[in-house]
Amino acid sequence: MYALRVKNLIKTYRNGVEALKGVDLDVHEGGFFGLIGSNGAGKTTMIGIITGLVNKTGGSIEVFGLDRERHLNRVKKHIGLVPQEFNFNMFEKVQDIIIAQAGYFGVPRSQAIRDSEFVLKRLGLWEKRDTVSRQLSGGMKRRLMIARALIHKPKLLFLDEPTAGVDVELRFSMWEYLKELNQSGMTIFLTTHYLEEAEQLCRNVAIIKNGKIIIHDHINNLLASLEEETYVIHVRDTSAVNLLENYHIRILDTSTFEVDLNKKGSLNDFIEQLSQKGIKLVDIRPKGNRLERLFLKLLKD
Amino acid sequence: MSPREIWIAYMTIVRKEVQRFLRIWPQTLLPAVITQSLYFVIFGHFIGSQLREIHGVSYMSFIVPGLVMMAVINSSFSNVVSSFYGAKFQHHIEELLVSPTPNWTILAGYTTGGVIRGLIVGTLVFGVSIFFVRPEIYSLPLIVFFIFMTAVVFSLGGFINAIFAEKFDDVSIFPTFVLTPLTYLGGVFYSVNMLPEFWQKISKLNPVLYMVNGFRYGFHGFSDVHVGISLLILCGFMFALIYTALVLLEKGTKLKS
Ligand SMILES: Nc1ncnc2c1ncn2[C@@H]1O[C@H](COP(=O)(O)OP(=O)(O)O)[C@@H](O)[C@H]1O
Ligand SMILES: [Mg+2]
Repeated sequence: MYALRVKNLIKTYRNGVEALKGVDLDVHEGGFFGLIGSNGAGKTTMIGIITGLVNKTGGSIEVFGLDRERHLNRVKKHIGLVPQEFNFNMFEKVQDIIIAQAGYFGVPRSQAIRDSEFVLKRLGLWEKRDTVSRQLSGGMKRRLMIARALIHKPKLLFLDEPTAGVDVELRFSMWEYLKELNQSGMTIFLTTHYLEEAEQLCRNVAIIKNGKIIIHDHINNLLASLEEETYVIHVRDTSAVNLLENYHIRILDTSTFEVDLNKKGSLNDFIEQLSQKGIKLVDIRPKGNRLERLFLKLLKD
Repeated sequence: MSPREIWIAYMTIVRKEVQRFLRIWPQTLLPAVITQSLYFVIFGHFIGSQLREIHGVSYMSFIVPGLVMMAVINSSFSNVVSSFYGAKFQHHIEELLVSPTPNWTILAGYTTGGVIRGLIVGTLVFGVSIFFVRPEIYSLPLIVFFIFMTAVVFSLGGFINAIFAEKFDDVSIFPTFVLTPLTYLGGVFYSVNMLPEFWQKISKLNPVLYMVNGFRYGFHGFSDVHVGISLLILCGFMFALIYTALVLLEKGTKLKS
């Protein structure tokens, strides 16, 4: 079963910008999906159409097998949205914001009060429940948007660049929480700039460029398609590294350098070469951000 | 959504709307009461005491219904226009747009907020008038009907104004250039029968005149226009505005790009 099926989605804004030019996309129920694309690629437009903030120009959308147009209200009940930009009433208090959102989904007030306590505590906002949203820090506002999106217990959660402008510590704790939600059965759809984030979290990804999906695949297949792998290597001393010929090497400092290696067994050869040249190996690890390079490569094509 | 869920969503909007204007009551309730009290003092008391009776009632007593009506019109309209435009401006209208709350429920919720503020202000202004003149009541059901329907109509008007508004200035254009003149020329301070014939005819194109006179009829039992027409005009406006607002919401005019 698919949590989301998007077929030939088209959006032309009134000013003539073609933000989506026929997008097809599938997300499996229980999946963790990442939509990757640079600024202006059409990510927010796509989420806007699915969640009800933007009118589409053409195409169709199914959510858990329900046609979005024909079963609009049932579809909306399944969906939670963490938008890219803050969109609170600045004068409203944290807990009131959550309770009101629950109310719009038909959750009785007494239940909303109980549920809001749970979700605010989980997101570390319980102490701030009586603070007006304007007075929260950026990270707190982000978490409040997540709490608000979860209050009606959606089955499909959209997060539009949830970790943009968020400090490292919060980013990691958000990742943990999203994984936890996904493990509990929630389907997650996020857009991101950070390819590391997609690599850490998503099982399937799509790359969108100028309103078109250019790749839609399992993340492992994507990574496997990369023939080269970059390693970061620590040695006692990099001064002899230049002796290694036929390798793409970038020296970072007196004890670290990077090398691009072909996948097929060449790591062993390289290590042998090192010891032959008398270079003492301290540590070796693959450099992350492999997607990043894939992404840049794809965008160039 | 089930009827119960719709009710919950509706009550959520109403509660928020009422809390909003109660929280800022010095801006939302007090000004109308002060302004109308000044009218009572200056026109009713100082100037009115020099004037002849109209249809056998004192001038002070004559202007009470009109001044109450004026306060209701302004309060209902401005409540919805500022609240809904604010929701658009701060984007928290998106909380409603992503929810399964039906459009008519959104409209009903905001309208109810405007009606409640209108009725509270109207009641306060009427309360103040009691200090100046003994109230007369000809037909309570008509009074209630006219005040309620007027509050509904102008709340709906405020809603539509807010949909079209793109900046804060747009929120006050309609009240300043249309609503206020129509109200002042709507027979609040005079009977149109006192005007030359030409101006009587012009005045009778003004819908506010029918509302003010219908309302006044409920207090004094006389009116410059046929009260049945007043009822019809109010109902007609209400249905036309509901229809317009729902079409705009359905299309997402100025709400969804
Ligand atoms: N309301 C709008 N009106 C006109 N053009 C828009 C609007 N919103 C977005 N766009 C344009 O549509 C394109 C896609 O934007 P967006 O979906 O926000 O991209 P992303 O979220 O991937 O950065 C961009 O060229 C953007 O300028
Ligand atoms: Mg975006």
